[in-house]
Amino acid sequence: MDVHAVSARDYLVRKEPYYEPQGNEIALFEAAYRNQIPVLLKGPTGCGKTRFMEHMAWRLKRPLVTVSCHDDLTASDLVGRYLITASETAWVDGPLARAVRIGAVCYLDEIVEARKDTTVVIHPLADDRRALPIEKTGELLQAAPEFCLAISYNPGYQSVLKDLKQSTRQRFVAIEFTYPATELEQRIIIHESGIDPEMAARLVKFAGMTRNLKGNGLDEGASTRLLVHAAKLMASGIDPRQACRGAIAEALTDDAEMLAAVNELSASLF
Amino acid sequence: MTAASTSLSAIELEEKLDEYLDPVLSSRRTAVNLAAGLAEFARDQQDFALRWVGIIAKTNAELAYQFAAQAPEGLRLMPPDDLESWIIQAMDAYDRMGLYPASAEFQNVAAYAARARARSIGVSLDSVSGVLEIFLRGLSGRALKVEACDEVYTDTTTLFLPATLARLPGKADNFRLYKAIAAHQWAQTWYGTYCADLTEVLSDFPDPDYATRLFYALETARLDARIATDLPGLYRDMQRLKTELGETSYPASWHGHLASLRSPAASVRTTIGALQALYGTDIPAAQCYQGFLYPARATQAMAQRLAREKDQFHAALARLLEEKHRRAEPGAPAEESGADSERFRMQRTPDPDHPGKWHHELALDGQVVAIPPDVKALMDSIIQDLGDIPDEYLVAAGDGGYRREGEEKNPDDVWKGTYHEEGAFLYNEWDYRRQHYRKHWCVLREVDVHPVEDDFVARTRAKYSASIASLRRSFEALRGEERLMKRQKNGDNIDFDALVEAYADMHHGMELSEQVLTKRQKLERDIAVMFMVDMSGSTKGWINDAEREALVLLCEALEVLGDRYAIYGFSGITRKRCDLYRIKRFDEPYSISVQARISGIKPEDYTRMGATIRHLTRLLNDVEARTKLLITLSDGKPDDYDGYRGDYGIEDTRQALIEAKRDGIHPFCITIDTEARDYLPHMYGAVNWTIIDDVRRLPLKVSEIYRRLTT
Ligand SMILES: Nc1ncnc2c1ncn2[C@@H]1O[C@H](COP(=O)(O)OP(=O)(O)O)[C@@H](O)[C@H]1O
Ligand SMILES: [Mg+2]
Repeated sequence: MDVHAVSARDYLVRKEPYYEPQGNEIALFEAAYRNQIPVLLKGPTGCGKTRFMEHMAWRLKRPLVTVSCHDDLTASDLVGRYLITASETAWVDGPLARAVRIGAVCYLDEIVEARKDTTVVIHPLADDRRALPIEKTGELLQAAPEFCLAISYNPGYQSVLKDLKQSTRQRFVAIEFTYPATELEQRIIIHESGIDPEMAARLVKFAGMTRNLKGNGLDEGASTRLLVHAAKLMASGIDPRQACRGAIAEALTDDAEMLAAVNELSASLF
Repeated sequence: MTAASTSLSAIELEEKLDEYLDPVLSSRRTAVNLAAGLAEFARDQQDFALRWVGIIAKTNAELAYQFAAQAPEGLRLMPPDDLESWIIQAMDAYDRMGLYPASAEFQNVAAYAARARARSIGVSLDSVSGVLEIFLRGLSGRALKVEACDEVYTDTTTLFLPATLARLPGKADNFRLYKAIAAHQWAQTWYGTYCADLTEVLSDFPDPDYATRLFYALETARLDARIATDLPGLYRDMQRLKTELGETSYPASWHGHLASLRSPAASVRTTIGALQALYGTDIPAAQCYQGFLYPARATQAMAQRLAREKDQFHAALARLLEEKHRRAEPGAPAEESGADSERFRMQRTPDPDHPGKWHHELALDGQVVAIPPDVKALMDSIIQDLGDIPDEYLVAAGDGGYRREGEEKNPDDVWKGTYHEEGAFLYNEWDYRRQHYRKHWCVLREVDVHPVEDDFVARTRAKYSASIASLRRSFEALRGEERLMKRQKNGDNIDFDALVEAYADMHHGMELSEQVLTKRQKLERDIAVMFMVDMSGSTKGWINDAEREALVLLCEALEVLGDRYAIYGFSGITRKRCDLYRIKRFDEPYSISVQARISGIKPEDYTRMGATIRHLTRLLNDVEARTKLLITLSDGKPDDYDGYRGDYGIEDTRQALIEAKRDGIHPFCITIDTEARDYLPHMYGAVNWTIIDDVRRLPLKVSEIYRRLTT
């Protein structure tokens, strides 16, 4: 098997991913891209960061390599390792090295989830060097001019164990995401689920109610993603109150009192 | 049918009763009537009554007679369980107080039955106030308190609701009624019932009391219509309650007015118009969720809130200005504060979602500024009361924003001869006006808390025993978190990924790695946390109690977890006497003496936070740990006797925190100062703080927050 067979074409985003801009983030990203500055997407989960990256990759006509970071992610998982084939060994690039080689857009989602020692491998890529040292092969992989590094980070977490180090964050241009404005969010929900505008409007209103509770018992309000989930359930005929309960309330909290109150809120709208 | 299920006749009953009640019967007082009363009941009910007559008679025959007389009524009104508790309660009364009170218990059978019914179907406010408060905050973002009161009304800050509700046949129904009553009062605050000066308007009528009631009836129709559009689900619930509890029909004379009250453009002015037109006509019965209207109380509460929020808003603007200066190029001259009034403006654009409503944005020097969420909430609250942010709000607080009364004294006068710098630590202090440190400015000494060996810790443990158990469980879960460690030298299983890689590496001429095993391992937390507890004079009373309780719970929890922790209290007076009270050092176990010191924590003087933070940072720097935390429990902003207040205190504290962060320490603040939103974000950053608005929640919250912070 030829382990080098993966090519840029496999990662190309062919169809335009639906994306509603919140502000001037598209222009900002394009400018950063042209200047080879890496980008940090800040914002709560489920507010469109991943979708934005897919859209940008399509726009820039670059392949997109996405890695969802988790606390077991090692540097080799990103950079690569030797594998054994029939009789010999072969080096296989990890997703990061692959992205660097083919000049892709590489998106490291939820970077703070990764182990601290993993995060540092991106440093040389994120400054003027734009290179990825591969220790095992002794190769210094120079990034293609089209290569672009983006990471995402949710600043709302209060855990001190999930803080983005200054030495990391200062290498990036930050683009801030929040939940889309009312009308926009409504449009997104309609587009993604096909429910009628009235129901979408009520969902957005419900989201607002839960966002009112952020910091008062909820760590986060309902994200656009959760709204889309609920809307999809509703579009397949689930009772709206139940859809909100299952797709939103239960995802937000386990606290019995909070759950009861959130369910009362959705019940008051539907 | 078996014989047992055939009812006893009056004759048979009388025979049995004669036997039990013999000592209190006579030729004039027979058991004939008693027997007649029980004859109509089923056999098991009769047996129940007779059995109890027999039991009670053994204690007192007269009491048994009283019971027999009331038993038919009791059987009609109550199920067996309630009957039994009714009987037990009466016998209990007999034991404690004698025959009369006990007989009275039996005679009051109807009242007892009503109470029992309320208990079984009713809902207490205590059991639902938590859910209701969250629900109300969700509706609009502003916090509303819920309190029990005989009169149902709102002053726009607190909703006063009945202590229990048992008007409907089930708990769920009664909860629905609570929700409707609460939502109806919320609607008064949200849809602007008090946006007009009702006190004045209503007192202009010849009969203000009547006018108030008629106004309220009309306003209710308007509010109902708003709820119908905005919260259709809730409206359905309210309609259902109306059919269950009696619908109010509006008189024919109202019909024309109802249409305008229900139109989306209606406001409290519309209601006042209708009031003028309908003045003198009959007032329809109140809806089941209505209470009373006390415009004067609302006006007063609003005035207080407005004054407070105005101050907070001025302070928030000052912070925005400062932020702007900081971002501006360094060296640029700061603008004169006199011109500030010109600089903030509100920009209003029509809100596309709500015709007739506006979108409010704050502009500074002609540019819309991004407002932090806390300021946004403040703005929303003001707009809710006033419909807008008036111009006099758009001024940043000046230097004197935080200043407090009381003349300043010379520290040396106060402490003449009583201090010496031996064994003391000297710390710099940041003077923001100079943008420089004052060298060796503060004298800090570590002292011991005077231990108090009482039962405080035991009492606290007992008081929170249930919570402690669950805290310990949840902390145990953290500790017990296991994780599959990869690439280990020693372990229980083969790490195939690593093995394959090692093998491949070896083929490539490298050395075979030994790290090819996996091992399950308890997650090594390696956290050291310093608690810095406010012991200033202002914590006297409740706050001090809550702090001490919080520490007890925290220690219980941390002992389970195994994180290293230390506790220090701080207070002091003037820069020459910053006292740091040792409660528990890092290397000290949670011993009896630590417990006695926790019990001994008492309010002292002032809060010079900067020096304290610098010293605790030094202590934390001496500890080896991957993660270091500095958690402050406080009740207010930094404040000391000799000018350490306002911006000066805040800026020094902020600087000390920056120094701590530079040393890799994570500061976090837990405060009960509800005004802390004004200054905490500036000191601790956007997320590293929490406000607890109810002191009673502090003890449990602190442990919860700690858990969240470290997972
Ligand atoms: N601006 C947007 N345009 C289109 N869809 C969006 C937008 N924001 C959110 N969504 C919807 O929300 C979902 C979750 O967004 P996602 O990009 O996965 O969030 P994040 O990466 O921030 O956690 C998407 O799948 C999409 O349906
Ligand atoms: Mg994502």
